[in-house]
Amino acid sequence: MKWVGQPIPRLRDPVLLKGKGRFTADIAVGAMAIRFVRSPVARGTICGIEIPEGAVVFTAADITDIKPLRPILHGRNYVPTDQPILANKRVTYVGEPVAAVIAATQSEAEDIAEQVMLDIDVLDPAIDVDEALKPDAPRVHDQAPGNVLVETSLKTPGFDAVWAKAAQVVEVDIRSRRQNAMPMETRNAHAVFDHSTGRVTLYTSVQNPHPIRTGIADVLGMPETDLRVVAPDVGGGFGQKMALVPEYVFAVWVARKLEASVAWIEDRNENLIASFHSRDQHHTVKAAFDENAKLIALEADLRCNVGAYSNYPITCGVEPLMAMSELPGPYDLREYSVRTRGVTTNTCPMAPYRGVSRPVLTLSMERIMNLAADRFGLDPVEMRRRNLITEFPYKTVTGSLYDAGTYWESLERSAEVLDLKGFRERQKKAREEGRYLGIGFSVFNERSGYGTPTFAARGMEITPGYETVEMAMDPSGYVIARIGASPHGQGLETGLSQIIADELGIEPSRIRIISGDTDATPYGWGTFASRSLVLAGGASKLAAEQMRERLNKIAGHLLQAPPEEIELAGGVARRRGHEGSVEITALARAAHHQSQLFGGGGPGLTTIATYDPAGTFSNACHSAIVEVDIETGHVKIERFLVVEDAGILINPMIVDGQIHGGVVQGIANALFEEIIYDETGNILTGSLMDFIPPTMSEVPTIEIEHLETLTDASITKAKGIGEGGTIGPPAAIINAISDALKPFGVEIFEIPATPPRIRQLIREAAKEKS
Amino acid sequence: MKAPQFAYRAPRSIKEAVTALAESEGMGKILAGGQSLVPTMNFRLARPDMLIDINRISELDFARPENGKLRIGALTRHAAFERPFFEGPLARLLADVVQHIAHVPIRTRGTFTGSLAHADPASEWCLVACTLDAEMVAHSLEGERIIPAAEYFVTTLTTALTENELLVEARLPLLDDSWKHGFCEFNRRAGDFALSMSLVALKIENGRIAEARIGIGGVEDKPVRAPDAEAYLIGKTGEAADRVEAARLASEGIQPMDDMHAPADYRRDLTRAMVRRALERALAR
Amino acid sequence: MTEKLDVTLSVNGKRYEMKVEPRRMLADAIREECGLTGTHLGCEHGVCGACTILMDDKPVRSCLMFAVQAEGAELRTVEGLAKGNELHPIQQAFWDHHGLQCGFCTPGFLMLATGVLEQNPNIGDEELVHALSSNLCRCTGYQNILKAVKAAREEMKP
Repeated sequence: MKWVGQPIPRLRDPVLLKGKGRFTADIAVGAMAIRFVRSPVARGTICGIEIPEGAVVFTAADITDIKPLRPILHGRNYVPTDQPILANKRVTYVGEPVAAVIAATQSEAEDIAEQVMLDIDVLDPAIDVDEALKPDAPRVHDQAPGNVLVETSLKTPGFDAVWAKAAQVVEVDIRSRRQNAMPMETRNAHAVFDHSTGRVTLYTSVQNPHPIRTGIADVLGMPETDLRVVAPDVGGGFGQKMALVPEYVFAVWVARKLEASVAWIEDRNENLIASFHSRDQHHTVKAAFDENAKLIALEADLRCNVGAYSNYPITCGVEPLMAMSELPGPYDLREYSVRTRGVTTNTCPMAPYRGVSRPVLTLSMERIMNLAADRFGLDPVEMRRRNLITEFPYKTVTGSLYDAGTYWESLERSAEVLDLKGFRERQKKAREEGRYLGIGFSVFNERSGYGTPTFAARGMEITPGYETVEMAMDPSGYVIARIGASPHGQGLETGLSQIIADELGIEPSRIRIISGDTDATPYGWGTFASRSLVLAGGASKLAAEQMRERLNKIAGHLLQAPPEEIELAGGVARRRGHEGSVEITALARAAHHQSQLFGGGGPGLTTIATYDPAGTFSNACHSAIVEVDIETGHVKIERFLVVEDAGILINPMIVDGQIHGGVVQGIANALFEEIIYDETGNILTGSLMDFIPPTMSEVPTIEIEHLETLTDASITKAKGIGEGGTIGPPAAIINAISDALKPFGVEIFEIPATPPRIRQLIREAAKEKS
Repeated sequence: MKAPQFAYRAPRSIKEAVTALAESEGMGKILAGGQSLVPTMNFRLARPDMLIDINRISELDFARPENGKLRIGALTRHAAFERPFFEGPLARLLADVVQHIAHVPIRTRGTFTGSLAHADPASEWCLVACTLDAEMVAHSLEGERIIPAAEYFVTTLTTALTENELLVEARLPLLDDSWKHGFCEFNRRAGDFALSMSLVALKIENGRIAEARIGIGGVEDKPVRAPDAEAYLIGKTGEAADRVEAARLASEGIQPMDDMHAPADYRRDLTRAMVRRALERALAR
Repeated sequence: MTEKLDVTLSVNGKRYEMKVEPRRMLADAIREECGLTGTHLGCEHGVCGACTILMDDKPVRSCLMFAVQAEGAELRTVEGLAKGNELHPIQQAFWDHHGLQCGFCTPGFLMLATGVLEQNPNIGDEELVHALSSNLCRCTGYQNILKAVKAAREEMKP
């Protein structure tokens, strides 16, 4: 029996279900509390900080030995920013750490923090992305006169000539408002000084312990070896927990300084205002079509608000560069003219968030497709049929190579499942009753599982990509795999165990996956960018193949058969076509305890493998049927369908779970969540009463169908699935709302499409009509 | 997000409670369900010197119909209304409305009169009290005072209660069987505060509306009535055109709040829809 | 400095004696004084529900109560669900139906669902969704949580 493809229950669940998980705050019970005093203003000069007598409070003046965070990107007109660990002389966004209080308990730390008085000369801030680009806008960083930290453009040589031949030009102006990834567990840092070794262990809820260790050691000027970073159970990350933040650095510094155990447990208000944001983008996109409704050229001006500082190590290039390179998505395009900018403002810094730019760029492209369909009098499926890529491999206009996918098939299947024709009849009838139904499609692809070759093209000084797995079988025949990836709820351990189990012919329950501890795992990049199953999975497969060869060799010796004729299955090794077998546990025992028999390869059973592919493209079609209440602007999602292709499903149950969670974050993006700043740069959405992730009541049943294209771009034939769920929903839902509101001529270009916004558009449209 | 320090009192009688309240000299707060107060304290937006926890005062733990009124003691939790515990339209009305108040765990702890004392403009119970002309019974060292709803609600989070008064009870009129109610609210998520809501109670005699009570919440700084719409409906059958006109009158008679959740003109649109739908529901019963 | 109070909590049938400030949040007391860290804090303002426990068998937010208020009540937390290695039906259902991913919201959902199903074993689907809307989850999109609780509803019927 093959384990790959089975929906086996996850191996770690019983621990979490019994409340025995170990999250950072659980480990930190009893540690001294760190409380940060944060800037209440968006931009200003610090004139003084008054500290209550007898309190232990640190400010910039106390930490001059810490270097600022300075992420580097090469090229792209990148302007580096120096982010201080505690604000030094000036503050640049609301929520920026200015001082740090240490006290015996969290309550006391908060009491003291309230008494730290900040004297700040308030300056006019730059908040909105477009306002910040104006010539007279306040300057966030002296070294970036136009507030642009990263800018690049591209224009294909034939663009102008083709553009001139356009039969139709469709333009959209897409505004995506700011979101917070909002993991259920907030960020944290629990640093423990070890008196016997002088080392520090940092327990922290992160997605990538090794790069975090590098970043901290660099700015503290300490050997990396003296710092152990542990990501214990991590309560969700979604990208928010993959960048280094001043708070982690300070925790390690102060643990060393005080030779103590300290903990910063972020509260939800801090998380909402001062943890990373994302998706604050403005796209102006024009598309030229020929008379057959074929897309012939695309022109785009992409502005991404990157907040006050560039993030380490990915840099603030992440959103603008992704937006530029991936905008055309699943559509065939040969002529492209694009300018993309990362704009700095006096707002919370941006970091990747599940989907990175693609929810927004997919919204841009899919709105274009719908508007163009109307222009040509085509239905949205036919419009897309004429433009989707159907031949693979496909080299994109920006130089990416698409491996095989099912762009058209996923759409065709979606239209079939939702019975597009039947729906149109139902829609017509409903309109006669004063009810407004709409259908929307969203086709996209997603670069996933990419390694160093792809990241290198981005020009980051710290170039992530590869993943390494160290594997050992112990004398009892159990396998331990140490991985550089750092899962935090994805169930990666279970998926990897299935892959390894198939290679070694043992049950997944005999496999232990070790992750999230820099003392115990090989250097790796962590879990993000829909990569871990592809990369750590690929490396696990390679390491397990080596292990299998070692076992075959030993079995061959014991069974007196050529190793290449040995088969491992069901916990035993046997010679193909022959009687007699030997338990794999016996092979393990022999490898360690009778190593003199086998020569070559040394004693024991350890292997190591690295996997570092260019990447593979997953794809999907998301579609939604909605009903809009025109009196209130409320949108009810009647059906939500995902037809996706992520290659082979290693564990279908886990794949569906990833899609479910992603889709609901995408629904939140489309309809609910928005971080709102006022014009002074104050955040109005600092609680979960104001920033509103949907509950079970707002979420429809999510229907899923799988297509499984076999790709050579991934050695497990699995593609990445982590982010796809979040990418499609905004476009599918916004297209559906616009379809529902056709009788009013309302088209939506802004997310989230909140009830007041929708109602406002309906009211304006009604006014125009009368 | 930990609350600031406070002194804690857990009186066993109303007398002990109001004595403690007087001693706190305006710096004390009553802790009943705590479902609004405690989060505010965790955010350090409220910092009472003393909390007077009334949860151990057994004489406040009652809810019963008596002399044409429903008497609701200060320890009656929201959840008490989920399944009707007495006969009649009022029980049905309360069971309907309570489903919209926050969520199960909040309803387990939060109290009816606690909501009235907190006086959030979007509180469902405040809307009920306003629409049905409840009476609020307050105790202090000076004795008992009965405050009619029309005088009770002052503005956001402010009532006619003085700093020395404990709200011990609310009284709602028991409606006879000629009354029908309808409730409709709009919020972004299940359990969130309404951006607009309407509670309607209609007394129907011989197929016509003999008395109309239309309350609107979540729209102004306190729950309000729609007197023009109420007057308009008298003698009408409540057919579709009546409902539309009453809703129009109601929505034009308000001065809606304007905030990031809902601009004023949006709240007005919502109110028109909520009143009309509440009327539809009332008349469909 | 406010005086500390003597408080005794009864959690999962066991008594815990402690000296705490009046402001000591019930959730913190459970986590730190009792050492039962399965109850999580996700927002500390009553919205997310990660801290949901049962108090006298009814679900409450342990971030919206002070420890001193729970004196005399019977508290139940996630640690009290399983009997040794035997999972409670609600835990088993979450495992079988992949009702958890990162596991941070899970204890709150388990206690909420247990309380709701114990109070109302025949709860209808619509009312169940309404009740479960009390808590937030960021990983599962709620799909499998609902599936799991429906399955547990059948298992837990008396």
